[in-house]
Amino acid sequence: MSRAKLFKLMGLFAILVLLFTACAAPAAPPSAEQPSGEPAAEQPAAEAPAEEAAMTTDIELPDGWDAGWTKGAPDKAGQPITVFDIPKLIGIDYFNATFQGMQEAADELGNVSVTQDGPTEGRVDRQIEFIDNFITQGADAIVFASNDPVAIAPVLEKALANGIRVIGYDADAEPQARQFFVNQATFEAIGKALVDSMVAQVGEDAEVAIVTSSLTAPNQNAWIAEMTKYRDANFPNLKFVDTRPSEEDQNLAFSVTQDLLLAYPNLAGVFGLSSVAFPGAAEAVQQAGRCGEVAVVGLSTPNVMRPFVKSGCVKDVVLWNPVDLGYATIYAVRAVVDGTLVPGATEFEAGRLGTLEVKGSEILLGPPFIYDETNIDDFNF
Amino acid sequence: MSESTAAMASRSKLMGRRLVNQESILGVTLLLIVFVLSFMSDRFFTPGNLLNITRFFVEIALVALPMTLIIISAGIDLSVGSTFGWSAVMLGYAWQVWGLPLPVAIGVCLATGAVAGLFNGWLIAKVKVPPLIATLATLAIYRGMALGISQARPVSGYPDWFEFFGQGALGPVPTQFALWILLSIVVMIFLARTPWGRYIYAIGSNMQAARFSGVPVDKITLAMYAFSGFMASLAAFIFVSRVTTTRADAGTGLELDVIAAVVLGGTSIYGGEGSILGTVLGVIIIALLRNGLSLAGIRGDATVVVIGTVLILAVFLNRQLRGVEGGAR
Repeated sequence: MSRAKLFKLMGLFAILVLLFTACAAPAAPPSAEQPSGEPAAEQPAAEAPAEEAAMTTDIELPDGWDAGWTKGAPDKAGQPITVFDIPKLIGIDYFNATFQGMQEAADELGNVSVTQDGPTEGRVDRQIEFIDNFITQGADAIVFASNDPVAIAPVLEKALANGIRVIGYDADAEPQARQFFVNQATFEAIGKALVDSMVAQVGEDAEVAIVTSSLTAPNQNAWIAEMTKYRDANFPNLKFVDTRPSEEDQNLAFSVTQDLLLAYPNLAGVFGLSSVAFPGAAEAVQQAGRCGEVAVVGLSTPNVMRPFVKSGCVKDVVLWNPVDLGYATIYAVRAVVDGTLVPGATEFEAGRLGTLEVKGSEILLGPPFIYDETNIDDFNF
Repeated sequence: MSESTAAMASRSKLMGRRLVNQESILGVTLLLIVFVLSFMSDRFFTPGNLLNITRFFVEIALVALPMTLIIISAGIDLSVGSTFGWSAVMLGYAWQVWGLPLPVAIGVCLATGAVAGLFNGWLIAKVKVPPLIATLATLAIYRGMALGISQARPVSGYPDWFEFFGQGALGPVPTQFALWILLSIVVMIFLARTPWGRYIYAIGSNMQAARFSGVPVDKITLAMYAFSGFMASLAAFIFVSRVTTTRADAGTGLELDVIAAVVLGGTSIYGGEGSILGTVLGVIIIALLRNGLSLAGIRGDATVVVIGTVLILAVFLNRQLRGVEGGAR
């Protein structure tokens, strides 16, 4: 094909496109509310305003229900379903662990097949692309851990509008873009577990300090608030003498903990409130030779904390169990498809995990999981 | 690019420059890929799917247009991903923090990109910093601006009309796809049919010779990099409209996707050779592969490997089929 011919072809194509857009333009003025979702499915453009009314959810949603629901989903109660899992990224131990739990649940149920795919880096734009492909592939359900709650919402709403069940785990989207979210740990439960672990090691009458991430970090501040509330109610003599930021930097956590050890000679314990603050604090206590004398309690992953648990400098690690998280997510999908988990439910049966509490549109995985010397080798993430 | 008829005469007619050019190799590759992918998944070759995936590659495709010009001129712009991120942040910031009306904020976004691009052009044309180093530096600077201004806090809550540009459609054609087709044609005509377009090839073939022949090298360089920054911000605007949120990490790694598409399209990284049609085909091939392999149930990590392999194969085939002339480049 010669260059000139190609140009002619492109020119023809351009004219076609221009004609096409010129015709279509009046029907869809830019200022009009454009229904998101695929334009191919809804042919009559004139009916666009009526679309909202015509597209009702499959079941009537009760007052106070903040989440979304499917539209026109096929009834597949008890029938085999295909579930797609889109984690924040693939190829890391944490999401391999959640997927392991999902497969375990799928094997137990027997009528669920689950496939994991996703971006190789934690980018929400790639996630959106994958989810769109899942919709095209004709998934029965999509389970996700989002990289951005707002950005991922439109494509999930498109899935719901196509009758695909959508359930979140680990990292939520905006509530109206999914049906349920499996919450791995409430702030309250984490706060309680941290304080309990500390009290078990240093007693009720002691001075402890907190190494947080940044002073504005929402998760850490919520944990501190819950820890304080629980302490006030149960252990009023446990004093939180200082709260220092470590800005998601393990070296900084290390040095602020060193400062704390010098500034408070009676310090009996340190909370490390992020996955890097915890090992940083533990390292500082270990290097100061005060293991056993100063307790270190916090949230992190087994792989990061294993050396400290093995050396005895850290007694236990508070977190959730990602295998259980994935397991519960698949049971939730099955229950939603079977119609046994509906808006307004307060609990549901999740296989070996027993009965899980449902609060609004959130499924609670239950109390945090405590990793210690006896079980930490069973986990790899 | 000499039409060395003497050398060609010894080859079969099929091997002639006119017939076996990069575009036709890419065209055949494209057909082959479509055929194989439709065989692998019955959901692939449907109008709905094909129109839908245009939404995902237009941002790369828009930036690939100026990148083609720049690479033909033997330059490179590594800062496009960061310009993209910075412009996106400025859109959200101007709207939410400065309280400007959204259309004005869109203007701020586009101006940011143009200024960022102009600064690249100034560094390269006036300060004489090599393009690779200049834009490597601004890659870091512009991303720093994005993170610093936004404080890594996303902006969302855009009004519904704003979604038109990234989620809306003109008839069945996604808005941004129509825009891209239009711009591709404009740039294609500019490059192939105007003196400035021919000058770009001249600069890429031999900058000194072009300068001595009276080609306004500095002016063209400034214009190309400014255009590149502007297109990065236009892509950023469409991206923000598509995902309805502004993030400082938007566009990370965009430069690699763009350069891969341009190079796959047959533009020589040494300059002096390339075409917009090639880039268009390159962009489409990568997009189809990503979508089609995903629909066929092949995991994301394997898809990346396949795309890398196709890139190498395409360049290899190009050199083999075009013989000595292609091999020299």
